Amino acid sequence: MRKWNYPDILKRMSLLATVALVLSGCTGSSLLDPKGPIGAEQKYLIMTSFYLMMIVVIPVIIMTILFAWRYNYIKNAKYSPNWSHSNKIEVVVWAVPLAIILILSILTWRSTHALDPHRVPESDREPIVVQVMAMDWKWLFIYPEQGIASVNELAFPVDTPVEFRVTSNSVMNSFFIPQLGSQIYAMAGMENTVHLLATEEGTYRGMSANYSGHGFSGMHFKALATSDEGFQQWVDSVRQSPESLQQDSFNELAKPSRNNPVEYYSTVTPGLYTDIVNSYITSGDSSHHGAEE
Amino acid sequence: MFGKLSIEAIPYHEPIVMIALGGAALIGLAIAAAITYYKKWGYLWKEWITSVDHKRLGVMYIIVAIIMLLRGFSDAIMMRAQQAIASGGAEGYLPPEHYDQIFTAHGVIMIFFMAMPFMVGLINIVVPLQIGARDVAFPFLNSLSFWLTVSGVILVNVSLGVGEFAATGWLAYPPLSDIQYSPGVGVDYWIWSLQISGIGTLLTGVNFFVTILKMRAPGMTMMKMPMFTWTSLCSVVLIIAAFPILTVTIALLTLDRYLGTHFFTNDMGGNQMMYVNLIWAWGHPEVYILVLPAFGIFAEVVATYCKKRLFGYTSMVYATVAITILSFLVWLHHFFTMGAGANVNSFFGIATMIIAIPTGVKIFNWLFTMYEGRVQFTVPMAWTIGFLITFTIGGMTGVLLAVPGADYVLHNSLFLIAHFHNVIIGGVVFGYLAGFTYWFPKVFGFKLNEKLGKASAWCWIVGFFVAFMPLYALGFMGMTRRLNSYDNPDWHFPLIVAAVGAAIIACGIACQLLQVVVSIKDRHKNIDETGDPWGGRTLEWSIPSPAPFYNFAHTPVVEERDAFWHMKEKGISEQKPAEYQDIHMPKNTSAGFFIGIIAAVFGFGLIWHMWWLAIAAGVGIFVTMVLRTFNDDIDYYVPAAEVERIESQRYQKLSNQA
Repeated sequence: MRKWNYPDILKRMSLLATVALVLSGCTGSSLLDPKGPIGAEQKYLIMTSFYLMMIVVIPVIIMTILFAWRYNYIKNAKYSPNWSHSNKIEVVVWAVPLAIILILSILTWRSTHALDPHRVPESDREPIVVQVMAMDWKWLFIYPEQGIASVNELAFPVDTPVEFRVTSNSVMNSFFIPQLGSQIYAMAGMENTVHLLATEEGTYRGMSANYSGHGFSGMHFKALATSDEGFQQWVDSVRQSPESLQQDSFNELAKPSRNNPVEYYSTVTPGLYTDIVNSYITSGDSSHHGAEE
Repeated sequence: MFGKLSIEAIPYHEPIVMIALGGAALIGLAIAAAITYYKKWGYLWKEWITSVDHKRLGVMYIIVAIIMLLRGFSDAIMMRAQQAIASGGAEGYLPPEHYDQIFTAHGVIMIFFMAMPFMVGLINIVVPLQIGARDVAFPFLNSLSFWLTVSGVILVNVSLGVGEFAATGWLAYPPLSDIQYSPGVGVDYWIWSLQISGIGTLLTGVNFFVTILKMRAPGMTMMKMPMFTWTSLCSVVLIIAAFPILTVTIALLTLDRYLGTHFFTNDMGGNQMMYVNLIWAWGHPEVYILVLPAFGIFAEVVATYCKKRLFGYTSMVYATVAITILSFLVWLHHFFTMGAGANVNSFFGIATMIIAIPTGVKIFNWLFTMYEGRVQFTVPMAWTIGFLITFTIGGMTGVLLAVPGADYVLHNSLFLIAHFHNVIIGGVVFGYLAGFTYWFPKVFGFKLNEKLGKASAWCWIVGFFVAFMPLYALGFMGMTRRLNSYDNPDWHFPLIVAAVGAAIIACGIACQLLQVVVSIKDRHKNIDETGDPWGGRTLEWSIPSPAPFYNFAHTPVVEERDAFWHMKEKGISEQKPAEYQDIHMPKNTSAGFFIGIIAAVFGFGLIWHMWWLAIAAGVGIFVTMVLRTFNDDIDYYVPAAEVERIESQRYQKLSNQA
C-alpha cells in the first residue's frame, strides 16, 4: 500500500489556500490586506483558526474518498457487517474535536477580549472622537472636537486611535471599514462604540454592512487615513464649506436619499448628536426621523 | 370595502412579474384542463385532498416543496444574474424595490416553504413506517397541518400578483419592518404567511412527538429506534420548543404594525434588540430542526448501502441529543456585532464551537460505517459522499464565524452567505434529496432512474462549489450581502463565476425533474416487487411497495435495533401470518382542507385591512372546527378478509420471485 505523507499534503493544501486568499486580497476593502493592528489581529485570528480546523477537515475529506474507494463493493475488501463499535475510535473521534475546540475556546476568550470594540487600542496618542450617524441612506460624521461634520467621507490621522460613537437616525445599519477591522451596529436611540486605528495612509472603503432599505447599496463612504498635516488640511477644507449643520439642515439631510454625494458642514450645533440620540428615548415625536421615500 | 386593496396593487407595469404570473397561470390552466379531461377531480378530492393518510400527506408536502424550490430557485437565479451585471455603475435589470423583495422571498421560501415541507413530508412518510405504526397519533391534525402550510404558500404566492412582498430580509428586522419604514403590505404578507403556516408546523411537531413516543411497535425501546426516527424526534422537540417563540415574536411585530404598540419601534421605549434576540432564539434551533432529520437520512442511507450496522449508534444518539440542547444556547452568535461585552460574546462563541464536537462525532460515525463495509454507489450514496465533503467545509467556516473576533469582520458578508448555503445545501438539501430517492419506491412501488439521479447529484455538488466558493472569497474581499449594485470592479469576476455555478445547479434541478418523469415512464422496468429494493434494515422495508394504506397487516414485534435486518437473519421476514384481523382506520375528512383555505382568506383580509372578510373567515374557521368536533363518524374497520386479499397478492409476488 502506498504511504500517505500527511504533513506534506497539509503543507501543500495550506499553501494553496494561502495563495487563493492572497489572490482575493488586492482590493480597497480586503480583509486580507489590513491597514491597522485590529484588522491585522483579525486576519491572524482567521488564519490560525482555519489551520487548526484543517487538522480535522483534511482527514475527514481524505477518509471519505479513501473509504468510499477502498470499500467499494466490487473490490471485495474486508467486510465486517456487524462491527459497529470500537472504544478506541470513539475516544479518538470525541477527543480530537474536543481538543481542537478547547484550544479554539482559549483563543476565542483571549481574542474576544483583546478585540473588544469598546477597548481603546494601545497608542501613545490621545484618541480622537467621531460621532457616526446612519441615515437613509448615507453616513453622517460629526467631529465634536473640531466642530465640523461631513457626509459619506471620513478622515482621521494615522497612528491615532479613533473612537467612533455610532448611532442611527433610522433603521439598523452596521458601520464597517473592512481594512481597519471590526464593525458595529448602528441603532437609533443608542450609542455604540468601536475603536479603530490605521497605521498606513490611504483611502479605504467604508460601508453599511446591514441591509437597511432600498438605498442600502449606495450607502458607502470613503475613509481617508492621512498624515497629521493631511488631516488638518481636510479639516480646513471642510471649514471652507458654506453649509452649517443645525436642526433645519439636519432635517433636510434626514430625508431619504440614494447615492448621496459627499457633503461638508463647517459648523455643527453643539449637542446635536446627543439630542438626536435622546429624541428616540424621550419622545414619540419622529418628525425629524427618516422614513420611506 | 376593499381596505387597502385597489387595482394599483396589481403590478401590471412590471414585465418580469407579469411574465412569471402569466406562465404560472398557463401551467395551472393546463393542469386543471388535464385533470378535467381525464376526469380525475373526484379521485383527487377523495384520495388526496381529503386524505388523512400520512403517506399521501407526505407526498403532497414534498410536491409543495418541489414547486416552491422552483420558485425560490428562480429568485436565486435572478439575484445571481443581477449581481453578475450590476458592476461599476451599471444598475442591472432589477431596481432595488424589486430586488429587495426577491432576496427576502428567496430566504423565506427556501426555509419555510421548501425545506420545512420537504422535511415534514419525509417525516410523514417514513416515521410511522419505521416505528411499525398504522398512522400518526392524530391523523386529522396531520391533514390540518398540511393545509395550514398550503395556506401560507398561497399567501406568499399571491403577494407576487397582488401587492408586494416584504423587502426587509427574510427575518424582517424592525425598525425596518415597522409600519413607519415599511408602510406597504409586503411585511403583512410575510407576517400572515408565516403565522398561519407556523401553526401548522407546531401542530406537526406535537403530532409526531406523540406518535414517536406512544405508537412504537412492541419491543422498540428508545435505544432501538432507527436513527431517522431519533433525529426526527429531536427535530420535533425543537419545533415544539422553538416555534411558539416565533409565533409570539411575529405577534408582537403585528401589534406594532396594526395597533401602533411600541414593542420594537425606534421610539417610545421600543427595543429592536429584543426582536433580534427573540427571532434568533427561534432561528437558530430552526436550522437544527432542518438538519437533524437530514443527519438521520444519511445514517439510514450509509448503513443500508454499506450493508453494515451503523457505527456508534449510542454515540450518535447522544450527539443528536446534545445538539438539540445546545442549539438553544447559541442564538447570540447571529449578532456579535450588536455591541455586547467581551464576556457575553465569548460565551456564545464558545457554546457555538462546542456544537462542532457532537457534529464531528456524527461525521466520523458515518465514515466508520463505510469502513469495512460494502459500499454501493447508488444515488443516495452519491448525495451522502457529496454531503460528507461539503458539510465538513461548511462546518469549518461555521466555527470560524463563531469566533467573535473573526465575526466582527465577516458578519453579514458574502462569507456568511457562503457558509450557510454550504451547510443548508450540503447538509439539508443533499440529505432530503438522498431521502427522496431512497424512500421513493416505498411510496410509489418503483425505483427512480439511477443515471439521471447521479447526474443531478454531480451537477448539484459541482454547481455548489462553483457558486459558493467565490462567495467565500468575496467575503474576504469585503463584500456585504444584499447589495443590488456595487462600484468595486474586483468583485465582478467572482460574481460571474457564482452565476455560472447557479446555472450548473439549475442543470441539477432539471436532471432531478427529468429523473422523475423518465422513471414514471419506465416504471414497469423498475418495479419494486419485494418491498425491499435496497436490502433495507428497518421496518419500512418489511411491508410491500407501495405501502398498503394500513401500513402493517400485523403490528411487528421488534427485538433488535435493525429490526427488519434481524428478521431477515432469523428467516422470519417472509413468513405469512396465520390469520388476519380487522384493522381500525381513520376516515378521510375535508375539514383540514377547508380550514386551510379559509385561513388563507383570513390572512388575505388582514393583510389588506378588509376587516369584514377577516371576521367572516375567522367565523368560517370556527364553524368548520365545531362541525368537525361534532362529527362522530370518523373511523372505520378494514375487514380481515380484505386485508388478507391485499396481503396475499404480495406473498404471491414474493413466491414468484423465489
